[in-house]
Amino acid sequence: MSLTEYFELVFTDYTLRTITLGTAVLGAICGMLGSFAVLRKQSLLGDAISHAALPGIALAFLITGAKDTNILLLGALVSGLIGTFWIRGMITKTHLKTDTALGLILSLFFGFGMLLLTFIQKQPNANQAGLDKYLFGQAATLVEKDVTLMVLVTGISLVILLLFWKEFKILLFDADYTKTLGFNTRFIDILITFFIVLAIVLGLQTVGVVLMSAMLLAPAAAARQWTNKLSTMVFLAALFGAFSGVFGTAISASENNLSTGPVIVLVAAVFVTFSFIFSPGRGLLFRELRFRKNRRDLQLQKTLQFMYGIAQTHEDFTHPHAVKILNNFQGFTRKTLQKLEEKNWITLTGQDWSMTAQGFRKAKNLYNQQEDE
Amino acid sequence: MSSPQIEIQLIAMVVAIACAIPGVFLVLRKMALISDAISHSILPGIVAGFFITHDLNSPILILLAALTGVITVVLVEAIQKTGLVKEDTAIGLVFPALFSIGVILIAKNANDVHLDVDAVLLGELAFAPFDRLLLSGVDLGPKSLWIMGSILLITLVLLFLFFKELKVSTFDAGLSSAMGISPIVMHYGLMSVSSITVVGAFDAVGAILVVALMIAPAATAYLLTANLKKMMLLSVGFGIFSALAGYWVAHWLDASISGSMTTVLGLVFLGVYLFAPNKGLLAVLYRHKQQRTEVSLITFLLHLNNHSEERERHINHLNEHINWQKVRSQSVLDLALKNNMITIDHKIVSLTEKGKEFTDLALEYIITNKDEKIEPMKDDFFLFRG
Repeated sequence: MSLTEYFELVFTDYTLRTITLGTAVLGAICGMLGSFAVLRKQSLLGDAISHAALPGIALAFLITGAKDTNILLLGALVSGLIGTFWIRGMITKTHLKTDTALGLILSLFFGFGMLLLTFIQKQPNANQAGLDKYLFGQAATLVEKDVTLMVLVTGISLVILLLFWKEFKILLFDADYTKTLGFNTRFIDILITFFIVLAIVLGLQTVGVVLMSAMLLAPAAAARQWTNKLSTMVFLAALFGAFSGVFGTAISASENNLSTGPVIVLVAAVFVTFSFIFSPGRGLLFRELRFRKNRRDLQLQKTLQFMYGIAQTHEDFTHPHAVKILNNFQGFTRKTLQKLEEKNWITLTGQDWSMTAQGFRKAKNLYNQQEDE
Repeated sequence: MSSPQIEIQLIAMVVAIACAIPGVFLVLRKMALISDAISHSILPGIVAGFFITHDLNSPILILLAALTGVITVVLVEAIQKTGLVKEDTAIGLVFPALFSIGVILIAKNANDVHLDVDAVLLGELAFAPFDRLLLSGVDLGPKSLWIMGSILLITLVLLFLFFKELKVSTFDAGLSSAMGISPIVMHYGLMSVSSITVVGAFDAVGAILVVALMIAPAATAYLLTANLKKMMLLSVGFGIFSALAGYWVAHWLDASISGSMTTVLGLVFLGVYLFAPNKGLLAVLYRHKQQRTEVSLITFLLHLNNHSEERERHINHLNEHINWQKVRSQSVLDLALKNNMITIDHKIVSLTEKGKEFTDLALEYIITNKDEKIEPMKDDFFLFRG
């Protein structure tokens, strides 16, 4: 199936439509909540939580014996939350640092989950096939019910986000101030963390434990480059996330043997790379261009300053001088002289230059930090 | 015990020790998550190496994969240096992207590659004894034992050679530069050793559980001691214990060995986290509670000291004046009584001689903030111990 075929089929074919919708919604909610995770410097919390959710899935299966997605995800949610609060307890109550706490929870919970999974596999009665889809995710297993759940959760988190927008925002930027204003910071903090965990758990079935953190981070990191405004960033991140979902699904559907999760992550990575390079405000390309322009301007101003020194020795500063005099000074070329003339700072006549009134004023005020006129 | 069983336990032990040593430094340098990133992003390196060598245990593959690990670190640092995102975001962006490339590479070449993502991520120790090193027809034991053994040997040699340098650059990068020991060289040296260890161990215990073997013993030891040498010995000890106990738990449950090794590590950590003498959760909570009571006691004594009128010293007045709950005031009162600091006469509280002395000392301490004033009190009270 080629890409064009995919886009023709996506509106008619049930499976494709479900999967595309699912990944798009997932991308959107992850981008939305991921923005907060990134800004709160909790980027890797997603990684830890997604791994910590694994034993929850296995335990939920062991206890209920059911393969119902919702029950398994509930188990994942509970163990993800336990992991989150344990991380927090470790950071506040002991001298272990954030990175150690995250790495511990991530690997220990995951190891315990693996123990349970292999244990389940050896059980005689188990129709356990399909539990390991949570490791790497299989978008193909998404059915309408799962997508409905995703839409529902996204709707709820959107409502919560709008209701508590002010609180989330102020906590994000100045936690101490929030406390002095009388907000219950603990509650707001737990609320936003809860929804981040929820988004992660929701994505496990589609992109899997290992790649979930990228789903959360990448759209937000890309969106951050384009704006300094929180609302714009959240909106853009949701958009990037949704597009990564759709494109990723399209590409993986159009080729054989391409699992959806990794492709979505790579598409999101392309978004990030593009934003890093081409965003007008912070991007590397424009930053480099700005640096060059500044360097050139400085060079021009240095030349002008040197000319000013020469022109000053003469009573009439517009008196022409030979270009040759400038030879002591290395930083000029024909071209830069022409540039200076374009700016109306000097006039060139043959082999001579002379300063204009405007150029003289400019040079005089160059180091005064004040703009002329 | 059959000989494969002994071999498995031996491999598990060697892997655990080889991981624990770099792990200590990673935890101390606050770079624990770098091990997580490396363990994921070596995947494309392993796949590429596998295309070349067609042997999962070949040294070339290990070097190639370890190189990917070092590249990950370099990439993370490069992204961080642009200032566009924070360090943790940089880590979180780099390794999933590299891991995805690895997964896709495997999927696209599924026919040529007898390599499966599950195996890389999870490993299977139980199969390790079947892959044997044959040298001119002589069976020298399992291959992975030789590989991990050599990695461990290299790590140990480097550790003994550069222990002083590692120590100073870990705790004070500025001092180490001043002494002519480049922290950057140490940093990349440690990163290379960690990469090689992770790659060597992924075959046996899987990429993610390597992270557990690196971080958990070190973190557990860190809760028990602040001495680097003791911390290293302890974490090696925890590693060995988890390898042996984990093997038998797996044997008993008929489950994954690496999974149960991690679970044992988790339980050990949980125990130490709760019960460690000074830094454990219970000790910390107890200390906090104790300190809170003592602050209350001092507040109370100072209050008594300030007021001579009876109305202010009436027992019922405490609640309203210092704004304490009933239970709290009662417990503070009891504590003060028990220490003979106050006497209660017709519901009027007054300071005893001892209480007066104590209050004066405390007051002096608060004003001057000098330690020697309270030296003798330190034995009785947590509060002044720092």
